[in-house]
Amino acid sequence: MQLQAPPTLPFPYLETLWLQVTGTLCNLTCKHCFITCGPNNASHPMMTAAQVRASVDEAIGFGVREFYFTGGEPFLHPEIEALIAFVLERGPLSILTNGLLIDAPRADRLSKLAAASPYSLDLRISLDGFTADQNDPIRGRGTFEKIIAAVTLCAGAGIDPILTITEVVPATEATLPAFQQLLANSGITRPRLKFLPPLRLGREARRDRGYEDAERLFDGDLLPDEVFSLACGTGRMVTAKGVYPCPILIEAPGARMSDHLTDALQPIQLRHQACYSCHAEGLRCRT
Amino acid sequence: MPNLKLDHAPPQRIVVFGGVYNNHRSLAATLAEAQRLGADEMYCLGDMGGFGPNPDKVFPLLREAGVHCMQGNYDHSVGNRLEDCACGYTDPRDNHFARISYDYTLSHTSDANKDWLRALPTGFRRTWNGQQVVMAHGSTRRTNEFLWSSTSPDHFLEHLLRDAGADLLLVTHTGIPWARTLSSGRSVINVGAIGRPANDGNLHVWAVELDLTTPGAIRHRFLPISYDHAALADEMRDERLPEEFVATILTGWWTTCLEILPAKERALGRF
Repeated sequence: MQLQAPPTLPFPYLETLWLQVTGTLCNLTCKHCFITCGPNNASHPMMTAAQVRASVDEAIGFGVREFYFTGGEPFLHPEIEALIAFVLERGPLSILTNGLLIDAPRADRLSKLAAASPYSLDLRISLDGFTADQNDPIRGRGTFEKIIAAVTLCAGAGIDPILTITEVVPATEATLPAFQQLLANSGITRPRLKFLPPLRLGREARRDRGYEDAERLFDGDLLPDEVFSLACGTGRMVTAKGVYPCPILIEAPGARMSDHLTDALQPIQLRHQACYSCHAEGLRCRT
Repeated sequence: MPNLKLDHAPPQRIVVFGGVYNNHRSLAATLAEAQRLGADEMYCLGDMGGFGPNPDKVFPLLREAGVHCMQGNYDHSVGNRLEDCACGYTDPRDNHFARISYDYTLSHTSDANKDWLRALPTGFRRTWNGQQVVMAHGSTRRTNEFLWSSTSPDHFLEHLLRDAGADLLLVTHTGIPWARTLSSGRSVINVGAIGRPANDGNLHVWAVELDLTTPGAIRHRFLPISYDHAALADEMRDERLPEEFVATILTGWWTTCLEILPAKERALGRF
């Protein structure tokens, strides 16, 4: 029996729509992936282009402000560039990618799509260390070199990606200057770095550890205004299987909220242990 | 519609600005420009502190000129003696500079001025020339929401203004000015900031003039405000503020807390 109830989070408005465009399909099998994405995981199938467009239009009806494409690896979607163009006609877009499918022609096309829109296109490229020795054991052999190549291509095309760094390698005094130097060497003059805490779900639970029993939230734990920093406070995640509170919980049992966005814009209980990470670590999924 | 201000004529010319950031020199220049234009009302949309030198110098200027002042997120933090500015950066370098700026401002703002900040209203609503004009610091729904041009789609702004019952919305908070008229005819103006240049390599700062002399219309014009930036830089150095802050005043490019900039706005700056 649970003695204390989890906190209830209100839902003031829809600001952010996350789209799991490629579901759990990924070209990497990162050891810290919190949703166990990989080439063989079809637990969330790829969204059809029509599903993506319909979700975007539905969210616009609720006054949504910004869009995020994630996966899996979004660039595995066969119609990804058409979908990027579709969204950028309507609002700002961030794409969370591992960068491996960004070659020179694609970087150039992305740059043109960004320039043609009045709204921002932010590319977030994941990297988990400033050397291959740090990154490759997490993201896969040879990935460091490929990621840096993608970052360099983006810089050459006039796109400054945000490097998203999961703190699986503990940060030291040397960490920040090392990443800044790495970006400078790749031709990036405007360094953009985002550090994220690991989430103890999926593969990460096996790589390091899962949540301990005490790591959960109880009524009264939330800070004033925390609703505006939590992804689930003003955002929702849509996958081919329905609507979820946030990008983290799409494999969590019982997390699915509804078929349509209209039925998911309501308060939720923060009863999952991953909710503890977002609160305790101040995790902000947004760009 | 009853109007409590019927005892005097409605204003004809209004100057609106925000983001003072302790820059008392650009504030004095803005007030002088407003006087030169014959402005009969002035509005400051908040964030009096941060970044610049000698915070207590801005308060007498604002009060003596009769500026209608609003509480920004920084004013809320300073007024309530909070531990930090709650800027929410994730980049450690941004956090480092935000910390320096906030600690300096908090420790150099008098108790009386902190109390004054704490008591400020968080928004203004006016009916001018038959239009509903709403002023907010960040947005109408949240003091610290950033309304950048490149992350504020038309449909979103229509939604925001409809919910707020606004024909014209004026905000600050981002530090970069822009204006847009929506297909419904409603308008949004981000007045920018007078505390530091707009990250475009120019040394002046920006305020906005509203012209109400045409019946039924509100026309706006961005006002470039030049001021003695070299003297401000000297003062910042005397106060041992970071050379990175001084560089922004002397070059017009932002050097710190760049994380908040979306891709499009970031690409326009040097750093």
